[in-house]
Formats: sequence, structure tokens, C-alpha cells
Amino acid sequence: MSPEEALEKISAQRQRVAASLTLVMVVAYFGFVLLIAFDKPLMGSLIAGGDLSIGILIGALVILLAPLLTGIYVRWANVNYDQVVERLRLHRRIER
Amino acid sequence: MNTTLGEPNAVAIGFFLLFVCVTLAITYWAARRTKTTAEYFTAAGNVTATQNGFALAGDFMSAASFLGIAGLVATSGFDGLIYSVGWLVGWPIITFLIAEPLRNLGKYTFTDVVAYRLRATPVRISAAFGTLTVVSFYLIAQMVGAGNLIRMMFGLSYEAAVGIVGVVMLAYVLFGGMIATTWVQIIKAVLLLGGAILLALMVLAKFHFNPLELFREARTQYGDAVLAPGKLVSSPIEAVSLGVALMFGTAGLPHILMRFYTVPDARAARTSVFYATLLIGVFYLVTFILGFGASVIVGREAIVNADKGGNMAAPLLAEVLGGTGFLGFISAVAFATILAVVAGLTLSGAAALSHDLYQHVARKGQATDGELMKVARIATTVLAVLAIALGIVFKGQNVAFMVGLAFAIAASGNFPALLLSMTFRRFTTMGAVTSMLTGTFSSLVLIVLSPTVMVDIFHAEAALFPLKNPGIVSLPLAVVAGVLVSLLRPEPAAYAGYEEVQQRMHLGAGDEPKPTPKPSAPTGHPVVQPGE
Repeated sequence: MSPEEALEKISAQRQRVAASLTLVMVVAYFGFVLLIAFDKPLMGSLIAGGDLSIGILIGALVILLAPLLTGIYVRWANVNYDQVVERLRLHRRIER
Repeated sequence: MNTTLGEPNAVAIGFFLLFVCVTLAITYWAARRTKTTAEYFTAAGNVTATQNGFALAGDFMSAASFLGIAGLVATSGFDGLIYSVGWLVGWPIITFLIAEPLRNLGKYTFTDVVAYRLRATPVRISAAFGTLTVVSFYLIAQMVGAGNLIRMMFGLSYEAAVGIVGVVMLAYVLFGGMIATTWVQIIKAVLLLGGAILLALMVLAKFHFNPLELFREARTQYGDAVLAPGKLVSSPIEAVSLGVALMFGTAGLPHILMRFYTVPDARAARTSVFYATLLIGVFYLVTFILGFGASVIVGREAIVNADKGGNMAAPLLAEVLGGTGFLGFISAVAFATILAVVAGLTLSGAAALSHDLYQHVARKGQATDGELMKVARIATTVLAVLAIALGIVFKGQNVAFMVGLAFAIAASGNFPALLLSMTFRRFTTMGAVTSMLTGTFSSLVLIVLSPTVMVDIFHAEAALFPLKNPGIVSLPLAVVAGVLVSLLRPEPAAYAGYEEVQQRMHLGAGDEPKPTPKPSAPTGHPVVQPGE
């Protein structure tokens, strides 16, 4: 594979990963907001013996989801993306 | 309840003076390491990922979000959580779409990236305009907040508080540049997070470290409604519009974006956003506990008596649980928090004025580093004076909407152009300019016509624009305008640089010897390398 093809491939791969993770975050967040807007009784319904509401649970989960998704991306990039990029950089240095 | 809130508090003043002394000592140390513009604006890229993670969190966690959200939770329960979630969800977006390419493509400002393959002058002018608008509104909100909070907590006059914030912040930025600012942010982040976590642990200690028992007590005192959505979200469109501004606005805030240039490479940039997201996430969860703790332990009546907006919930909680000493500590931290945020904003405004406008527009990239340093310091001083003046002019005004406005402008004026410049091959100079100006002006006009300004401030019967936040209209408008204008008036010279952008976005400028500066492109496009 030529360096140009390799760059194109890793660029496309990164775009796919980034776009999917962005989509998950967007759906989770706007899902949370729209649930509050359209179904307040559901978000207010009590669970855990009445000490917790579904809304608080979902809200806390969306908060936890943010660093989780970010962590997934960082892990993917550290393991897969950096390797390819490093090789391409080396190649560029030799070429010059 | 009896409170010493608002009386001069020796511990608060002591802690605050200690904070100022330590940070000024750091500034003195940093000043000796700040000789070039690279050091002044980006600490020469020597900040580690962990340090930058804390500094990003320090730049973002404002006193308003700490005191305001805790207050909102204390007075209305669940609804405060909606804001917390909104303030956080922009951070993953920065990680996925912005942080790494930004680090690889630019030098000091996000404008470097937008202008990379486009004509410098028009792009830099419009981007600097967007940056300065965002910075101004954010500054007004912070300065007015500073005046009010400090008057309430320390019993100091409003003007004195605004003056102290302006002058101390000026000392940090003017002499210590990004190195001092970074350390102020780090110390502030540690103090704020540490203080908030300690306070939350003190609350939870009363409930066997089980948040559910805390919620049960709140429900016993205030009924089921405390755990359920209240009045905050009424119309779905309204909620989504604010959500759009918060989610994509974070990725367009100049003072946040600038921080990615302070780390050595893209890998560090990516790691630092992860730390920041984690810290800010923890911060909002803790704030939620504090709000419930305050409503149960201090009581809503006492909180609203101290301040109608509920802002004193967390300080009152600190006083009840930890006495006057702890109240003093939390008050000092709130003061320090405002200082740090204002310093970051001022530095990013100074970068727009000196790097974008002076260097690349007025001097066509020819200014020497020494010359630029002088301009940067003048710009910093002007912005500090402006911040103090704005703080005093807007005294007593309702400025709560201005942070929302700053986010809307960042989401519509800055974010679309930044993203399109990296991903849309046929993006042109005219497209970028149209997108940035459309986003900025439509946000401004729509907010003036919104109920927040027309009804709440000018007491009109009804507003011409129904939504409080313009995000859902202004962001798509900026994208459509940018794409349409780009397609209608092609600019082949701009397409030519796309491959280079793609390559550099992933591989960076590299440490290898830089290629000889390219002569102007045949079409007369002055190709100004952001790195030069």
C-alpha cells in the first residue's frame, strides 16, 4: 500500500470512528432532553424503592457516558491510529 | 438560619490572599520564561496532557456553574441536572472532531485552521470578530457575576470586586502569559474540585455515603416533584435549541480551543480532553449532590432568603457543615475561579487581536516576534480595562443570558466554519466568511428579538422570535450559508490546499525541517502558512 493510500485509509477510518461516537453522544443527549420535554411522567417515575427517579438515573448515565465515549476514542487512537500515523511520519521524514 | 455570609470573613480573605500570593509568585517565575510569542500564547507547547486536562477543566468550570447549578438543584431539584448534562456533552464532540486536527494545523488560534488554505485577510477579520464577540459576552457575564458574588460573600463593594478581578488577572496574563494562566487554571481546578468533593463527602457522611438516602430525605421534605422534571423544559424546540448551543458551542469557544496548542502533540491533545471530560463530569455529579445536600440540610427557605437566585446554596452548606472557616475557603475558591476563567478569556482575546488581526491582516505576516509581543501585551491591557469597564457598565443588569449567547455565537459563528474548513473540499474564502458572519449576526439578532431580551429586559408584550436561545436556527443557517456560497462561487486555489490539510491534519507539521516557504500561488492567493 502506498503512503497516500495508507493515509486515505486511516483518515477514513478515523472519520468513521469519530462520526459514530459523535452520533452516540448526540442521540444520548438529545434523547435525554426530548424525553424530558415529551414524557415528564416517565422521567419522574420512581424506582429503587422510591428513592430514585428514572430521569435522575438517565441523566447520571449521560454524564458518565461522556468520559466513557471519550475514553473509548482515546484508546482506539492510541492503539490503532497512532501506529499508522507514526509509520507515515517516518516515511515522510525519509522521503525528505 | 444565622449566617456570617456577606460579613467580612477573615478566613475567606486569608485564603484569597494566599491564593493571590501563590499565583503571583508563579507569575513572576513564568514571566522569566515568557520571551517569545510562542511562550506567551501557548507556553511553547510544553504543557503535559495531565496539566492541560486540569487547565481545560479550570478554564471551563465557572463560579456561575458551580454556584448556579448547585442553587438550581437546591431550589428545584431535578431540573439542575439538565444544565449539568448540557454543559458536559460538548467535550466528547471536541475530542472526536476538533482537538487533534486543531493541534496539527494551527499555531495560536482556531483561525489558523480556518485560514490555512483560504485567503488570510477576510477569514482572519471575520474569525477575529467572532472570537472577540464571544469573549466580550463571556467576559461581561463573568465580571458582573464576580461583582455580585464577591459583594455577597466578602461584603466588598461591587466596583472594588470588579477592579480586583481585573487588575490581578491583568498581572497574570500580562507578565506570565499562557504559562502563568495555565498554572492559575490548574490550581483553581484542584481547589474547586477538591473543595466541592470534600463538601459533598461531608453531606454524604450524614447519609451513610448513600446518595439514595439523600434523595429519600429530599423527597420526604419536598415531595416527589423534587426528583422529577419541573418547569425548566417546557417546549421541546426550546430545549433542543439550548442543547445545540451548549453541545456545539463548547467546540467553538476560543479560550478552550487555544489550550490545545499548549501541548506537544495531537496525542497529548486527545489525552488532555479525556482528563478534562472526566474532571468536569465528576464536578457536575458532585454539584448535584451539593444541591440536594443544601436543600435538605440548609433548607430552601434560608437559601432563597440569602439570594433569590439560589446562588448561595453551596456557600451556606459549607457554613452549616464546616463553620465559618469552610465558608471562607469556599468563598475564596469561588473568587479564584472567576479570576482563572477571566484570565483565559483575556489571553484568547489578545491572541485574536495580535496574531489574527495585527500579524496576519495589518502586517501580512511580516511582524517580528518582538513587535508581536509588544502588540500582544498592549492588547491584553486594553482587554483588561475593557473587562473592568464592561463589568461596571453592566452593574445590576440581568446578564444571565449572555453566557447562553456566547455559546450560541461560538456554536454558529465559529464551529461550522472550523469543521467545514477541515472536512469540506470545496470550502472557499467567501464561504467561510459568509458562514462566520451569518452565524454570529443571526445569533445576535435573534437573541435581541428573543423573549429573554425583549420581554425580560425591555418589557415588551411579546417577542418577535419565540425561542430564548437561537442555536437551532443560527447553527444550521451558518452551515447552509457556508456551503451554498462555497458552491456558487468556486475557488480552485482553495481546493488545491485540501490535500495538504488532510495530510497535516493527521501527520502534523512534524519536527523535520520545514519546507521552504511557498511563493504566492499563481492565482494571487497569498498562501500564508499559519506556522510561519
